[in-house]
Amino acid sequence: MILGIGVGYIFRKRNLSFISKVITVLIWILLFVLGLEVGSNPQIVSNLGNLGLDALIITLGALLGSITLAALLWKIVNKSKVQ
Amino acid sequence: MRSSLIIVGFFIVGSLLGYFGVVPASILEGDISFYALGALMFCVGVSLGSDPETLKSFTKINPRLLLLPLLTIVGTLAGAAIVGMLLPNSSVIDSMAVGSGLGYYSLSSIFITEFKGAELGTIALLSNISREILALLLAPVLVKYFGKLAPIAAGGATTMDTTLPIIMKFSGKEYMVLSVFHGFVTDLSVPFLVTLFCSI
Repeated sequence: MILGIGVGYIFRKRNLSFISKVITVLIWILLFVLGLEVGSNPQIVSNLGNLGLDALIITLGALLGSITLAALLWKIVNKSKVQ
Repeated sequence: MRSSLIIVGFFIVGSLLGYFGVVPASILEGDISFYALGALMFCVGVSLGSDPETLKSFTKINPRLLLLPLLTIVGTLAGAAIVGMLLPNSSVIDSMAVGSGLGYYSLSSIFITEFKGAELGTIALLSNISREILALLLAPVLVKYFGKLAPIAAGGATTMDTTLPIIMKFSGKEYMVLSVFHGFVTDLSVPFLVTLFCSI
């Protein structure tokens, strides 16, 4: 990735709009392959409900943690404006 | 939104083909996903490096607000760790690996599949997609109760693309640069954090 940043910086004057299309297609391929892997694994298929529930619970934990800190920063920033 | 649907569509089509055994499993034994992942990281780097204008605009942000991406990451990891202790099926580290996707579901699920297998990869995909969806849906509520920074923190790595319009709508246009900066930093951190928690 760091190599890519360097290359991107050097060629920044060229038209690099095609790169975002390449990224999109690569993501398609990779998620298609992940799908193949999931679909052909009976253990995962039969467990999809549980996996989804775990996923949702992790998301809620992650959201709660990040939102709490953001609310804290919001309060601190606003307090310093009033003073 | 449309591009997200297409991405999820590829995953679903892949699952169905795999499930019905249409595509031979021998494809999975090759290193396709490894090389595609390498190519993907290279392209992400190129697109970041080729846009110095974005980097320059970051210098205009209130220095205190520069902390926001860090707080998002710390809060996410702490929240995921606590929840991970309560979940019977996944360990704290696995939960933190999933959380460190920060909503960047394509990249994080691909990485986690590569390191930890398709099961945790699927959790990562579902978890990080739902983070993006919840960030989109909850933005107005978050602004009301937790302040204008909350939707940005909730959006994680998506705040420079998919959730940017909704953040500008509910937090205000003046938060656009912060939102892009936040997305930029958290985006960059995803491959590093995911790899870190997968290798512990």
